[in-house]
Amino acid sequence: MCLAIPARIHQTADAETRLAVADVMGVRRKINVDLLRHESIAVGDWVLVHVGFAMSKISAEQAEEQIRTLQALGEDDSARGEAEGYAFGGVV
Amino acid sequence: MKFVDEFRESSIVRKVADEIRACVDPSRRYSIMEVCGGHTHAIFRFGLADLLPPNIDLIHGPGCPVCVLPMGRIDEGLEIANDPNVILAAYGDMMRVPGSRGSPLESKARGADVRMVYSPLDALRLAESNPERRVVFFAIGFETTTPATALTLLRARERGISNFFVFSNHILVNPAIRALLEMPDMRIDAFIGPGHVTTVIGCESYRFIARDHHRPLVVAGFEPVDVLQSILMILRQLHEGRAEIENQYTRAVPWEGNPAARGAIDLVFEPRESFEWRGLGAIPASGLQLRDEFGAFDAERHFGVTRRAVADPAEARCGDVLKGALKPHECPLFGKGCTPERPIGALMVSSEGACAAQYNYAHLKTTLTVGASDRDVATPSVDR
Ligand code: SF4
Repeated sequence: MCLAIPARIHQTADAETRLAVADVMGVRRKINVDLLRHESIAVGDWVLVHVGFAMSKISAEQAEEQIRTLQALGEDDSARGEAEGYAFGGVV
Repeated sequence: MKFVDEFRESSIVRKVADEIRACVDPSRRYSIMEVCGGHTHAIFRFGLADLLPPNIDLIHGPGCPVCVLPMGRIDEGLEIANDPNVILAAYGDMMRVPGSRGSPLESKARGADVRMVYSPLDALRLAESNPERRVVFFAIGFETTTPATALTLLRARERGISNFFVFSNHILVNPAIRALLEMPDMRIDAFIGPGHVTTVIGCESYRFIARDHHRPLVVAGFEPVDVLQSILMILRQLHEGRAEIENQYTRAVPWEGNPAARGAIDLVFEPRESFEWRGLGAIPASGLQLRDEFGAFDAERHFGVTRRAVADPAEARCGDVLKGALKPHECPLFGKGCTPERPIGALMVSSEGACAAQYNYAHLKTTLTVGASDRDVATPSVDR
C-alpha cells in the first residue's frame, strides 16, 4: 500500500470522469488521473499509482526501476492483484 | 532470490557500502530511523543491516498504517459492520489485522458483509450498485492514500450519493515524527524519509525536523543502493554537524510534492485534536477527520461509533518495537504465539511491519554473506 505501482497511459483521460486507460503490471485498467491535472499526460507516459489514483509522473527508466524493485521485494504479484482488482472503471 | 542477489552484489552497492564503512566513526553509535514501511520491507528483504558497520542501528519506524492502528479502531469498524444493512469495504492489508474480537476476515466468516477493495472508488461503486445498503469504506493510510479517499468523497458529493460513508483512520507522517522526537527516552540521530509519501507532502514539510530538532532527514528510494546512499548522506551530515532535509530520490520525488493532492486532502479533511497510535499513544493533530461540509459521509457521525480503548495482549511488545526500543525478535511472542499466519500484533500482518519483515526474511541470513557481520546473531531460527 505504501509502494506505488507504475502504469503506462494507453488512452488519455475522459474530461468528466478523469479516468484514463493504462497498462498496470500487464493488466489494462482505468485509473484516475485527476491529481495530475496540472501536468500534461500523453499516451505512453508513465505514472505512479496508489489505490487507483496516479500521484506523480515518472520517466520510463524510473518506471522500469520501480517494476524491478517490486519484483525484488516479492511485491509484483500483489501489485498485479491490486491492478486486477480495480473494478471502478468497468471493462476496458 | 535472483533479484535480491543481483541488487546486493552489484558493484555500486559494494562501493557505497565501502564508503559507509570508511565514513563511520567507530567510537560512536548511530541510530537511524526509516519512517516508511516500504523501506522496512526493503531493509529486511535485502539484508541491508548486514552491509552496515555494527555501530549503525536501523530503527524501524511507525510507517506501516495497519501496524499503528489501535485495536479499538478495528473493533469500532467491525461494530459498524455488524449492522446487517452495512457493507464494510476495506483494503486487503486490513483484512487480517486482529481487533480484540477478531479481524475483518473473521467478522466476515461470522456473517458480516465485509468486502475487499483495491481503491476507494471501488467502495463508491459498491454504494452505487447497492442503493438499498449502506456502504462504509474503512479508510486507512498516510498521505499516499488520503488524496484518493478525498477525491472519492468529492465525487460522491458531486453525484449526490447518500449511502456511502467513510470511516476515516487516515494519519499524518509529520506529527508522528514530531511526537517521536519529543519522547524523553528516544534517541534517533537521523531519519530516512519516506519515498512515496513525499511525492504528496513535499520535502519542505520536514523542515521542522532540521530546524527545531537538529536532525537530518534524507528522502530515499527503495532500491538497496538508494537506502545505502541515503545512509551515507546522513552520515556526512552528522559528521559535518549539519542537519538538513535532502532528497536522494529526486528521480521520483519533486521537492514540492503534489500540491493538487494536498489541496484535495485539505478540502475534505481536517486534523483531529488527537489520534491514538498503537504503541505510541495519543498524538496531537496526527489523524484526519471529515470536515463538517462532508459530515453526511462521516461513518463516525452517522453510526454514532463508541470510542473504545483496548489494551494490547499483555505479552505483546508491539509498542516497544514500534518505538525502536526492542527488536522484533526480542518480543516473547515473536515466531511463537505470533506469526504472519496467525498474527497477534499488527506488525506481523503486513510485509511492511517490522515483525513480519524480520520473520519472513530470517531464513535469508544464512544464504547472504556479502559483508556480513555478526551483529544479528540473536536472530532466532524460525520453524516454518
Ligand atoms: S511479535 Fe507479534 S506481538 Fe510481538 S511485537 Fe511483533 S507483532 Fe507485536
